[in-house]
Amino acid sequence: VCFIPGGLDCSISFVSHVLGKACVHGRQKEILGVLVPRLTALTRADCIWQRICWRLLECVPDRWMEAVLLGFVQRAPGADVLSRFLGNLVVKNKKAQFVVTQKMLLLQYGHTTAVLQNLLGYLSLDSLRRTLLLRVLQELLETWSSSSAVKHSPAEQQLYISKAILICLSHLKEPEIESCRQELLTSMMEGVKCHLDSSLPRLRRLGMVVAESISFKINAEGPVLKFEYEEDDETRELKSLLVQTPLFCVVSSLPDDDRSKKADVALPVVAESREKPQPAAPVMPDEESDELDSDDDLVPYDMSEDKELKIKAPVYIRDCIEVLTGSGSEDVDKWEATVKALESLVRKNPAATREVSVELAKILLHLEEKTCIEGFVELRQKAQVAVLTTDPIPVAKYLTSQFYSLNYSLRQRMDILDVLVLAARELSSPKFHGNTEHSGAQKPCVPLLPGRDSSKGWRRIVDERIKSKTRRFVTGQPRVEMASHPNEFNSVAGYFFFPLIQHFDRPLTTFDLLGEDHLVLGRLVHTLAILMYLAVNTVAVTAMGKALLEFVWALRFHTDSYVRQGLLSCVSSLLLSVPTEWILADMAEELLETQSWLGDVMEKDPDGDCRRLALQNLLLMENLKKKLEAVPS
Amino acid sequence: MALPPPDPQFVLRGTSAAVHTLHFSCGGPEPDIPLLFSGSENGFIHVWNLKTHRVDTAPLDGHGRKSVYCVTTMGDKDRLLSQGRDQRICLWDLAEGRTAVTDSVFTEHVGFCRCSLLKVAQGRWLMAMAARSLEEVQILELPSKMSVCTLKPEVGARLGMPMCLKLWQLSCGSQPVLLAGYEDGSVVLWNVSMGKALSRLTCHQEPVMSLDFDWEKAKGISGSSEKVLSIWSLNEQQNLQVYKTHGLVNAGISDITIRPDKKILATAGWDHRIRIFGWKKLKPLAVLDYHTATVHCVSFSDHSKPGDRVLAAGSKDQRISVWSIYAQT
Repeated sequence: VCFIPGGLDCSISFVSHVLGKACVHGRQKEILGVLVPRLTALTRADCIWQRICWRLLECVPDRWMEAVLLGFVQRAPGADVLSRFLGNLVVKNKKAQFVVTQKMLLLQYGHTTAVLQNLLGYLSLDSLRRTLLLRVLQELLETWSSSSAVKHSPAEQQLYISKAILICLSHLKEPEIESCRQELLTSMMEGVKCHLDSSLPRLRRLGMVVAESISFKINAEGPVLKFEYEEDDETRELKSLLVQTPLFCVVSSLPDDDRSKKADVALPVVAESREKPQPAAPVMPDEESDELDSDDDLVPYDMSEDKELKIKAPVYIRDCIEVLTGSGSEDVDKWEATVKALESLVRKNPAATREVSVELAKILLHLEEKTCIEGFVELRQKAQVAVLTTDPIPVAKYLTSQFYSLNYSLRQRMDILDVLVLAARELSSPKFHGNTEHSGAQKPCVPLLPGRDSSKGWRRIVDERIKSKTRRFVTGQPRVEMASHPNEFNSVAGYFFFPLIQHFDRPLTTFDLLGEDHLVLGRLVHTLAILMYLAVNTVAVTAMGKALLEFVWALRFHTDSYVRQGLLSCVSSLLLSVPTEWILADMAEELLETQSWLGDVMEKDPDGDCRRLALQNLLLMENLKKKLEAVPS
Repeated sequence: MALPPPDPQFVLRGTSAAVHTLHFSCGGPEPDIPLLFSGSENGFIHVWNLKTHRVDTAPLDGHGRKSVYCVTTMGDKDRLLSQGRDQRICLWDLAEGRTAVTDSVFTEHVGFCRCSLLKVAQGRWLMAMAARSLEEVQILELPSKMSVCTLKPEVGARLGMPMCLKLWQLSCGSQPVLLAGYEDGSVVLWNVSMGKALSRLTCHQEPVMSLDFDWEKAKGISGSSEKVLSIWSLNEQQNLQVYKTHGLVNAGISDITIRPDKKILATAGWDHRIRIFGWKKLKPLAVLDYHTATVHCVSFSDHSKPGDRVLAAGSKDQRISVWSIYAQT
């Protein structure tokens, strides 16, 4: 397309029409692929071309404006180029303003970070447009800090909004920050609260990063908000957005200022002038010059017995109980030694442990860190697991009853769940004697303990299991026949499982599973899923399956996505553990209902993980059906 | 082939409380009974007869059942000075079987810093003690109880509490000097007459628990709650310098004392063991393992006959062990 430069008064509205129509019909790539590079080159130095470009875009009819704008924003190589293309279009044209400030930021979330940078950079480059930038920031923050948005919108959208907020913040200048400092602070406080409330670790981290950045921006000199979280690629990327790479055209003064300021700030660390004289280097003793003195007449005695003093731990379980309950509470060294030695003592003396198992379980549940031992939490947990596996039935009864009792902290309740899971795993594994590695095991070596990101570990287990159930045309490595061993979990699975499921809908004064404590509900659901999975080949598995299905059915519309993920994992483990014949005999109608629910979740659930788990469950069900059809009746 | 360490010569039992301090008084001429004074946690001071290994008289009760952590004699065995956790220093007159407190000084010190005595003239003593204010050391003259000076570290020195003190003078008539070990691990040399600090040496990371000094060789040793013994020397300019350090197997030293003939020294450890070192080169000589709880104090006797010399150690297990070790040299 070639234009005649000069004083000619061209009307280019027909070009705008052509452009608009082409874009609306989906041909953005072709036409803009040619147009944009040409315009970039032409508008670089020439003001006339810039004005022509602006006129071109202004004349695009409203009904096609969105498509054209979208195309330009996506393809412009930088914010400054976009600024040259669009000029003050967003200020003049209502539709353009809507598209840029509302639609692309709040209603869509599929655009890349580069597009966001372009868009927001463009808004920041002109003083007329900066008011729009501020307005955009306010609206973004409103969304970010609204608790319903945090709960119901997909994680990807929340990431997108967080990125947009950070980029906006990076463009703001000091006086602007001053003017909206209060609002920033208020939104930050509200937003951080909603984000930390969420059960998904990814959302919590997003909230933390954004809050830290906001706090840093509004309060760069004073104390800044600092959270502790694990850095990963996502957080690093987000943090990098906050630092603005200097734009190389209009606002050239600003980046220079910033850079020089930074150089001043990096002062060399001034060593404090302290009065303390340095301890002098030891004066070299002139031992050699001394003649043999009377010291050599003193013959040393045998000192081979002089070793490090080791505090002996008690050797009997009852002694351990005494030390831990504090009837010898003066001696902290002994307490420490006891805590470290307890697990092995319990495992070596099963008969003695069985006599005092419930008491020991009670002591361990309430045991608090008296001195600073490394790994205290693991030591206590291992001891609890040892006690539980040595005497499963009474201790499981005790622990499950305590789970629903008054006056325990959430941490303690979740510890109970963790201990139950670890012990169940130990009991159900063949040939288990305290170590976690199985040589040549068929079971995947995956940590079953729900960590902070339990859904990931879960998915892996389910994936492995599905893989093992699908047809293989190649046999792979020959299976090692392992010595068979009675399944110890068989007799006690019910004691672990049913009491946990019993009281979930009965709120206590300090503990309301269906109310605020949905984090614990999430963990409970995941625990039940794992217990179900481990109960494969036990007698109680069918009854457990039925109860679990009812439980899942009651909670299927829970608002917390972590809980929903857990429920879907429950369904997976149910389908994997309960023998197919029993599923179809006992639970056929419920399964049909479940299937329709799963279809619903797969299509409409806002959380990506939930959708994926629902899909896997439907696949499992398909497999089951096929397996049954394959068996000759 | 080294000999196994010796057993205690005898063990004194009967204090029924942890023993915190010991002091011998065996230098008297023949008809005098060699005595060992011990201070316990229940506030009693026992006077042990070293010939019969028993207590002849009732224990001295002058500190209101608060722990006694320092006991020392003033010249002869009839004049005793004791310091307790009741914030008092008591002067006793024990002549002719009396058990009376003749005088007392209210120190207002709530810590555990043992006082240090130095005889400056016939009947006149200087006593260094920790005072009420956190970092200060007060020097009093006894028996007049007049304050000679107060040794205050400069502002910002951050030494912490004084933990152990030793007053000495190079010869009779010269200026008395104080060595003080502090909570921050440093040892400070003070000139008492001028009230000024002459030198400061940081030799430990943890509080200095105990120190002793050999003024003939101008060398001293200090122990703390860590695993290191630190030996330092005093040069002509009155500056302290670290001479060497010695690592221990187990951390924690409660007391150090150098034998009067300056040949060996003994340390009382938190690991229930007493260690003997040669003083010249700090050669480890013996590890005496008898007690079953932390050893609080060690003390060498002042027998005039070298062969009679013994070492006593008091421990939290309520026993006092007495050893005859390297007595012949």
